[in-house]
Amino acid sequence: MSGETKVAGHFDCREVFAKTIEALAEQDERIVAVVNDSVGSSKLVGFQKRFPNRLINVGIAEQAMVGVGAGLANGGKVPFVSGASCFLTARALEQIKADVAYTNTNVKLCGMSSGIAYGELGPTHHSIEDFGWLRLLPNLTIIAPSDRWETEEAIKAAAAIEGPFFLRISRMPVPDFVRPAGAVFRVGAAEILKQGHNAAIIANGVMVSRALEAADQLLASGVDVRVINMASIAPLDVEAIRSAAETGAIVTAEEHSVRGGLGGAVAEVVATSCPCRLRILGFPGFLPTGSPEFLLERHGLTASGIAAAVRETLEARKAA
Amino acid sequence: MSVADILATLYFGVLRLDPANPNDPKRDRFILSKGHCTGALYATLAEKGFFPVEQLDTYMQPLSRLNGHPNRNYTPGVETNTGPLGHGVPVAVGVAIAGQIDSSDYRVFVVVGDGELQEGSNWEAALTAGHRKLTNLTLIVDRNGLQQGARTEDTAALEPLADKWRAFGWDVIEVDGHDHDALLSIFTAPSNERTKPLCVLARTHKGQGVSFMRDQVSWHHGVPNQAQYELALQEIGQ
Repeated sequence: MSGETKVAGHFDCREVFAKTIEALAEQDERIVAVVNDSVGSSKLVGFQKRFPNRLINVGIAEQAMVGVGAGLANGGKVPFVSGASCFLTARALEQIKADVAYTNTNVKLCGMSSGIAYGELGPTHHSIEDFGWLRLLPNLTIIAPSDRWETEEAIKAAAAIEGPFFLRISRMPVPDFVRPAGAVFRVGAAEILKQGHNAAIIANGVMVSRALEAADQLLASGVDVRVINMASIAPLDVEAIRSAAETGAIVTAEEHSVRGGLGGAVAEVVATSCPCRLRILGFPGFLPTGSPEFLLERHGLTASGIAAAVRETLEARKAA
Repeated sequence: MSVADILATLYFGVLRLDPANPNDPKRDRFILSKGHCTGALYATLAEKGFFPVEQLDTYMQPLSRLNGHPNRNYTPGVETNTGPLGHGVPVAVGVAIAGQIDSSDYRVFVVVGDGELQEGSNWEAALTAGHRKLTNLTLIVDRNGLQQGARTEDTAALEPLADKWRAFGWDVIEVDGHDHDALLSIFTAPSNERTKPLCVLARTHKGQGVSFMRDQVSWHHGVPNQAQYELALQEIGQ
């Protein structure tokens, strides 16, 4: 398939996040939500109305939020702990390490409005380091869904699978992708959205639609690239990366720092087991203020930016 | 050693626990927030029957499941992995909320060190516990007055500590933390008669029972030599 979309328009995945949790909570009374004064920004107003005693708002207190989540899991609940990703993952990192990952509790951390969704608010509110610091923690499954379907499937998987999860939920509108009938979401499995043999683009989250568009642009000029949706950063689909390396060139694209995230994870595999040309697209460090679109454009995280990176990588490979 | 009498009272007079079924959903929960006191915790758990007493000899030995700080995945009876300070109270509050939602009758006990109360996460959780009126929650402060480097009151003073907990919406009882009868009577008082979470300020002494260790900052994390060890055992045995 190419960058074809199922429904015209772009959608905020927080809506489907909230709808899915509500639907799951209807069937499973163990499901509770824990928030840090983030009922509105997590779109959980409806959940709160339907299940008032299952929405635990600890106030603006991220360390308590994560610890309380771990305690709720100890008490048999399945807590979806939801707050702005920048604060959830940075302020409460030690709680995520000790109470969730190390204790190995059944806590579902939901990093809302991740990446540069709060572009204009500056680096304090950007969450472009979360893959990096969470990827170091054993036991923690890390998923960055790319569209509404995948968001819903990832939440269902998190609810069904015992153990700690981090779901990175964007508020930047994304299109729906067309998937083959009967497509299933599997934790730890890469999704090949388009086959191709000249190079491979590995992307996740909001970058997947841009990667598909880049592939269309490249195909028009005779370059046939594979597009891999690597929603699952941990566990990582190492085989899909090795197979992508056989094309000779990989470009990764993520709404994250160029250090420690998806590109870093791919680089660890490439450097140690399947050397090939690798280009990591992401953000260089603390960013200036600007809208999300402005920041993506500025750092080449657009369809044409990805396509240009693929061409440059192929040229460098040819020249070498 | 300041916490030993509190643990003994809880495990042998209060907590509803079955060592043969350590994950029983209806069990009372005990959380040791001051995770550096595993010496006392493991001895208590072994005595209670969670694992053989002989295993205590492996404490902190290579590959022992008795890690220097408690790990629930290795040691039955441990509820949550602690070690970094300020983690136990939020977790205890979460378990207490789960019990409140389910109208379960289990109770949640958490022991914190006094120096540990300098961590802000405790007070985040204390706010929520007070706000939600978690009557199934009892927090015990091991108020020995010492932290690693100095007295708490010479470091970042905690007093008036009882007033702080009251201001956060808790009931407070002060007690001699080495008086088993007094502790027992507080811990076994019916919690359904309370309207707030309970903070027990247990006044304790580090190195209780050993004259040369008692209340000495230098023994916060001291290791006795053979002669000191034998003298200590002799004094405790008296």
